[in-house]
Amino acid sequence: MADGARDPSDSPEEVGGEPCDLPEAPEEARREPWVLGKIHRKVDAMERMRGITRYTDDLKLPGMLHARILRSPHAHAKILGIDASAALAMPGVFGVVTGQDFKIPYGIIPWTPDENALAVDKVCHVGDGVACVAAVDEDTAIAACRAIKVEYEPLRAFFDPEEALKSRDKALTINPYSRKGNLSKHVRLEFGDVDGLLDGSDVVIEGEYFFEGTTHGAIEPHCAVALVEPNGILTVWSATQVSHYLHRELAKVLQLPPHRIRVIQPPLGGAFGGKSEPFDLEFCVAKLALQTGRPVKLLYTREEVFYSHRGRHPMKMRYRTGFRRDGTITAVDAKTILDGGAYSSFGLVTTYYSGQLLCAPYNFQAYRFDSTRAYTNKPACGPKRGHGSVQPRFAIEIQLDKAAVALGIDPIELRRQNDIGPGTRTVNEFKVGSNGFQECLTRVEDASGWKTRRPALPYGQGLGIAGSTYISGTNYPIYPNEMPQAAVQICLDRSGRARIFSGANDIGQGSNTMLAVIVAEELGIPLDDIRVLSADTDLCPVDLGAYSSRITLMVGNACLEAAQRLRRKVCESVARRWQVPRRRVVLAGRMAIDGQDPDRHVSSAQAFQWAEADHGLLGEVGSYNTPKDRHGDYRGGTIGASPAYSFTAHLAEVEVDAETGVVVVKKIWVAHDCGKALSRRIVEGQIEGSTYMGFGEALMEEHVVDPAHGGVHAGPSLLDYRMPTFTDTPEIAAMIVEAGDENGPYGAKEAGEGPLHSSIPAIANAIYDAVGIRLDRIPFSPPRVLAALRERAAREARGELPPHKPGPAPQGGAA
Amino acid sequence: MLRLPQFEVVAPSTVDGVVEALKVPGARLIAGGTDLLPNLKHHLDRPPRLVTLAQVSALRGIARDDDAKVLRLGARVTLRELSEHPEVRALFPSLAHAAGHVASPTIRNMATLGGNVNLDTRCRYVNQTELWRQGIGGGCYKSEGDVCHVVPGGKNCVAAMSSDNVPVLITLGATIHLVGPEGARALAMADYYHADGLRHTHARDGELTAELRVPYPEGPRRCEYVKWSVRNSIDYPLVSVALRFDLEADDPRSAITGAHVVVGVLGARPRIVGKLEGALGKALADPAVAKLVSEAAYAQCKPLPNVPYDPAYRREMIRVYTRRAIERMAAE
Repeated sequence: MADGARDPSDSPEEVGGEPCDLPEAPEEARREPWVLGKIHRKVDAMERMRGITRYTDDLKLPGMLHARILRSPHAHAKILGIDASAALAMPGVFGVVTGQDFKIPYGIIPWTPDENALAVDKVCHVGDGVACVAAVDEDTAIAACRAIKVEYEPLRAFFDPEEALKSRDKALTINPYSRKGNLSKHVRLEFGDVDGLLDGSDVVIEGEYFFEGTTHGAIEPHCAVALVEPNGILTVWSATQVSHYLHRELAKVLQLPPHRIRVIQPPLGGAFGGKSEPFDLEFCVAKLALQTGRPVKLLYTREEVFYSHRGRHPMKMRYRTGFRRDGTITAVDAKTILDGGAYSSFGLVTTYYSGQLLCAPYNFQAYRFDSTRAYTNKPACGPKRGHGSVQPRFAIEIQLDKAAVALGIDPIELRRQNDIGPGTRTVNEFKVGSNGFQECLTRVEDASGWKTRRPALPYGQGLGIAGSTYISGTNYPIYPNEMPQAAVQICLDRSGRARIFSGANDIGQGSNTMLAVIVAEELGIPLDDIRVLSADTDLCPVDLGAYSSRITLMVGNACLEAAQRLRRKVCESVARRWQVPRRRVVLAGRMAIDGQDPDRHVSSAQAFQWAEADHGLLGEVGSYNTPKDRHGDYRGGTIGASPAYSFTAHLAEVEVDAETGVVVVKKIWVAHDCGKALSRRIVEGQIEGSTYMGFGEALMEEHVVDPAHGGVHAGPSLLDYRMPTFTDTPEIAAMIVEAGDENGPYGAKEAGEGPLHSSIPAIANAIYDAVGIRLDRIPFSPPRVLAALRERAAREARGELPPHKPGPAPQGGAA
Repeated sequence: MLRLPQFEVVAPSTVDGVVEALKVPGARLIAGGTDLLPNLKHHLDRPPRLVTLAQVSALRGIARDDDAKVLRLGARVTLRELSEHPEVRALFPSLAHAAGHVASPTIRNMATLGGNVNLDTRCRYVNQTELWRQGIGGGCYKSEGDVCHVVPGGKNCVAAMSSDNVPVLITLGATIHLVGPEGARALAMADYYHADGLRHTHARDGELTAELRVPYPEGPRRCEYVKWSVRNSIDYPLVSVALRFDLEADDPRSAITGAHVVVGVLGARPRIVGKLEGALGKALADPAVAKLVSEAAYAQCKPLPNVPYDPAYRREMIRVYTRRAIERMAAE
């Protein structure tokens, strides 16, 4: 298997000319990495920077129609009738589809297909799609939408998950496919004697937390174009991060055989989990293209992006965490309500993740979680960067901080002491391999000057720490199958170049560059000589897509396997011509070099030509499947198990204005264990971007509907949904920690999602350090901070609390 | 994407040509378009004609008029030009500061002073798409409905005057110069606004703003503009206070001879804070001044839930930011 770290000196000497396709073939001569782990320009960077990248909306096809979706202004209503005749009669209107054209439900999780491309008999949230028009241009399509008459019978809407769960009225069941009323999913798992250990604990910290919904905010709105080729092949270009699942669901809903559908993902303008399942527009353009015989495009408005959502679930979390006096965590008891919105999306997985992903980096002796996901009349929640575990991580890390105060232990020490360590099993039976958490803690502790600065900071300034872990892909795919989780095909040609075919979706995280780096490293050719062709279901092997931080580990391993097979062929052909053992041939710098006589070398093109002469066309495939010994032996025990786990520590420095409640995050130090940084600047970018995203959720963002106004989104625009700008963003010091994992390519683990989690609780804990208030709900908006400060001031005045820090007393806001 | 309605565009090259072109009923002026175009995309108006000022070079400059002792600011001066202009920075630092804190750099490159002083009033229930307004039950006085969502049962529109520059220009005693079919006229900026969100200025139909004139300082003074919004860029103000204190000498310890405080983002009209006589004769650096003035602002300004964020919080912050601004001026 892929194992780049193997010591070549163990291999017996082998003379060129031996068969080379044995999977256990001895390695060739090893050299220092010549591309790997360095700083690279992303393979698509120049096009992006020059503004010439063609995104989905840049596609223009002859005769193309433009589509618009008519959306519900009601949060919950029966559809009594739709009359589209006036729209159809308008000049320039080519077709109208409604829910009646899409009666087959779909869903990203095969067990919960609970939504239709357009509403069939009822609408479940404001913005639910009702009908879709294809017309000669957008203006005509908009006018035609206005001409469609929809008769609604409004129903009582639920905006609170607990209220929704209480309803026993079948007529008010939100989701039309739900069999358990407004209960979407319930998971309760218990490991060890939670109650006994809590009872025997020296300190039990209890807390209630609320994590508000937030959304992805990708700059590119969702967009799809469909074309029916004269031969009947339906091609759908879509801004998706899961072209394979889109392919499957299109086949299912449209009742077309998969071989008649081709899905292509053009370059994406951001996704962050917001494009990781099929959306109404993809089905609509496909159906309308089939119906009209013309290409059809649909581009969401920003408002539609907000209503399609699939962002972070609001979670109400109750935690009890037990500790021994020395700081050892005994048991954790969690009860969580997830506000799911109108559809399941990934909700079944989210519900599991809200408990299953939390059993590292700290060792729990016993653990129970009880998570309930409810349907509500809101845009559906789903996966956003750090799927399912960002919210409970917020609770757990504040619980630890409260315990550190209660026990009088340094918060970093407390974390260090409870580190689960490498090569172990979590309480929920997940096997953990490499673990660089200790180094993460030490790096941020040293870089921030924690030990000397923290005790010296005056009232209003503080430092806070938090840690976290995340998966590098999940051990089991979304739909059960025994095939590889990832596969890559590589072709070398006689000009000295390589082409990589991969189904993986590059969503800006740099996965195409990652594949090119592996091939460059193995075959000795520069990145410029490598073309990555990705995410086209006609050209590329199946890949499951860009989610759960799976691509570097899984697709990287598959790519490494194929690249190493090709390297052996090339080295063998060169060795044969030089009459030297194969392991003397080194591929680097666009050359094949004799490792013992570097003056002897040929160009990569020459080497590839020799190899092609010996072997025929140089093509190899590699595939990757997960080890099956990583999970727990219980129902749900596979969900959340991963081949390798990343670890992160964040340390935030804040300044709190005690009179206005304004929190300024001055700097965040973040150390992330990604196993091995294959491309250094991209990893740093992922760490910074994740940290920034968490910072925005902590301080500003709120994806909420307004129950007092019919359940409309509180501000479905980039003006009202406040994501931090460049000028708001703190200085971020991103540090890479490399605890290589035997399951990762060259030891690599994920870096795209893990470094978000602890960003938020680190800020919360820093606010406590600064002014002595606990903010157990996000966002930490100035009015909320001010209210908490006043509450503390009142308690201090009553003698219930001592002043938080020596220095000037907090001002009450009165001028 | 959100689509603009269809309209005709005419581009006169003279002010008279603009006045003539505006005679088509419903015609609207466009300069930078940063306020008008989003509103048209939200279908808040459907003008048959836009009259662009792009070709009218007469409205462009910033010029001293030493005889009249005023700085003349053309309506088409961009906010970036205004914020960076040396004379503006030297004579009216609070104006340069306010102009430099509107929205974002790219918007300031396009947006003009004339547009900013005529910025349409804003409301969380108005500046939304048609679908959104349908969702809340069908618009309001300022869109397609006949209710107010901010003040239930309210009879008039209380959308917020959200310009950063207007409160400053009022404190500086600026005049606005309008040209219309009946000729030219001038109004004090203090008198230009009134409390109706549907029509919050005294500009008449067919009139355009040609320029603003700001009188030179007559003596030593201290001026400030304070804005609070959630983000440091892009956002409209949520707290907006302009201040000017005239002093006997160029020293904050000298006596105040005039006090002007104007607060924005309340209703449709900026609030000129009154009852500041108690500050006159006191030193700006006297802590009693900061207290008196900030308490007066707090007492007289009542933010509404027409923009995001808790009105009670915003009201308190008017007091805090006013006091702090005075303390800053006193410390300089």
